Amino acid sequence: MPIDALTQGLVFGILVGALYGLAAVGLSLVFGVMRVLNVAHGELLMIGGYASFWFFSLYGIDPFVSLAATIPTLFVIGIVLHRGLFVHVTKLREEDRIKNSLLMGFGLALILDNLAIRLWTADERSITTVYSGAAASLMGVSLPYVRVGSLLFALVAILALHLFLTRTYIGRSIRATAEDWEAAAIVGINVDRTYLLAFAIGTALAGAAGALVSVGYSINPGIGLEWTLKALIVIVLAGMGSVGGTLAGGLLLGAVESVSVYFIGGAYREVVGLVMFLLVLLLRPKGLFGN
Amino acid sequence: MSFNRKLLATAALIVILAILPLVVGRDDIINLMFMMFLSVTLAQSWNILGGYAGQVNLGHAAFFGVGTLVARYLWFSGTPIYVAMLVAGLVAVIFALIIGMPTFRLRGAYFAIGTLGVAETVRITVGNVLPIVTALPSNFIVNYDLNLRYYAALVLAVLTVLVTYWLVNSRTGLGIVAVREDEDAGEASGVSALKHKLIALAVSSFFAGVAGGLFAFYHVSYYYQFPFAPNWTFDALMITYIGGVGTLIGPVVGAFFYVTVREWLAVSIVDAHLFVFGAIFICVVLLLPGGLVEAWTKMQRVRLLSRLLRPTPPVKSVVKGRGEQT
Repeated sequence: MPIDALTQGLVFGILVGALYGLAAVGLSLVFGVMRVLNVAHGELLMIGGYASFWFFSLYGIDPFVSLAATIPTLFVIGIVLHRGLFVHVTKLREEDRIKNSLLMGFGLALILDNLAIRLWTADERSITTVYSGAAASLMGVSLPYVRVGSLLFALVAILALHLFLTRTYIGRSIRATAEDWEAAAIVGINVDRTYLLAFAIGTALAGAAGALVSVGYSINPGIGLEWTLKALIVIVLAGMGSVGGTLAGGLLLGAVESVSVYFIGGAYREVVGLVMFLLVLLLRPKGLFGN
Repeated sequence: MSFNRKLLATAALIVILAILPLVVGRDDIINLMFMMFLSVTLAQSWNILGGYAGQVNLGHAAFFGVGTLVARYLWFSGTPIYVAMLVAGLVAVIFALIIGMPTFRLRGAYFAIGTLGVAETVRITVGNVLPIVTALPSNFIVNYDLNLRYYAALVLAVLTVLVTYWLVNSRTGLGIVAVREDEDAGEASGVSALKHKLIALAVSSFFAGVAGGLFAFYHVSYYYQFPFAPNWTFDALMITYIGGVGTLIGPVVGAFFYVTVREWLAVSIVDAHLFVFGAIFICVVLLLPGGLVEAWTKMQRVRLLSRLLRPTPPVKSVVKGRGEQT
């Protein structure tokens, strides 16, 4: 019996790990391309969660269907945030970019947190669909449909991003800018527009992750910092700026967390991830899956 | 202002603040001033590392929190409070160096996100291990003297500013600023980046720890986890930037502005102060990187310029007068 509980925990860990990967991949893209560390990434995720929640409770739209509206909404928010705020940071030299974007992201996080409390109250919100409680069973392990659906969506989204970055012309121009923006500018890439696109895609991905969090788990205005930390942990595990490694990092974090719950209890769930993060930061700062 | 006039103004301000509790009999004002002094200490200690050494520390609350734990424990076990505060500062330094030594070897965002991670780890662990309220024993409450806390806070704030002044004007301080401006150039001219960052971190965390001790001395009861909350870091960071990062007077001006405006907002619009300060903070980062101090210098310059450009009547009359005489 105890082994079954461990297996079940591990499966739940992998299911949530896919969301960690999805939450981190947007932040990783923005950091890799722009050298901008947006610590308000978790707040963008929170807004995506609320968008999905309101689509469901006001218009009754299924959260997986409303992704088609949530993602473009967050994409537009990303454009606005880039044009209004982060574009000013990208004009600085690299070390100042990181520092100023950190500071700005932190100010933005404060504003979005408090705005969300004002607009939507501090209540814990969650979407309950007709199939929310249902689960498939595989060899005695329960697989809730909602979480499996989230895992599949996360896999597809990360794969799509990977293909976009490697197979399309625009995707390649984004990678070229990430490698060396000055060289990219010389060969005729519009660096500013590339930054805008990368930031908007990053925001949209955060929004998608948030929508899935609101249906499989729950959201409130204060979850931003927690999810930013999750994303940072995953990025550090994966190696900064690596898209493929991000998914692996997310799954690893989810699995380690759930196994730790089994052995040392739920109270230290967050701590285990953070300790792993600090150890990797100290011993292997390039990340577990980086070159 | 010349150096002597600045010195005189500072001394006058300190004397006024020292007399204040004797003149003002209202506890609420004394409590507000206490918060201001605590904010000056926390912000200035953040400024030493974040402003002068240029290392963004997102885990300042951890040093502050460690200070509260150590001081509270020692004080309750019979150690005199001022000794307990001193030890709290030293323990915070040891704690900080353990984090700083590995992360300072890496450039860029590593120190910032590393400190954020450490602070959250410590906060959650303290919340798990000590999920309770710490309260002063009854014999401590009977002898509670608010004015004593007020003077302790005032002395600590003045001391923090003085030590910062002394540090940044020393040879070491010049090295710290050199490392901020250009690490490679600094290293090339024999300034060890790691050493200077660690010195700044040590001084910074020492005062954060002592400030924690002051917090433990001041509050009757609180959750052990409370001083570890990220707000303490964010407050220190925002005060420093709003006032003027990397300047001596910035955190002082910022603390006055922050605490006063927060109090005013709390009275007029309930619980919106973080929203307002978030907006102010972004404006400062984007438009006014020198904060209120820079705004003041700019205003002075504009006033001086407009005075020079304005055709002034007295000059005319003098010219006329001369003309009449000849």
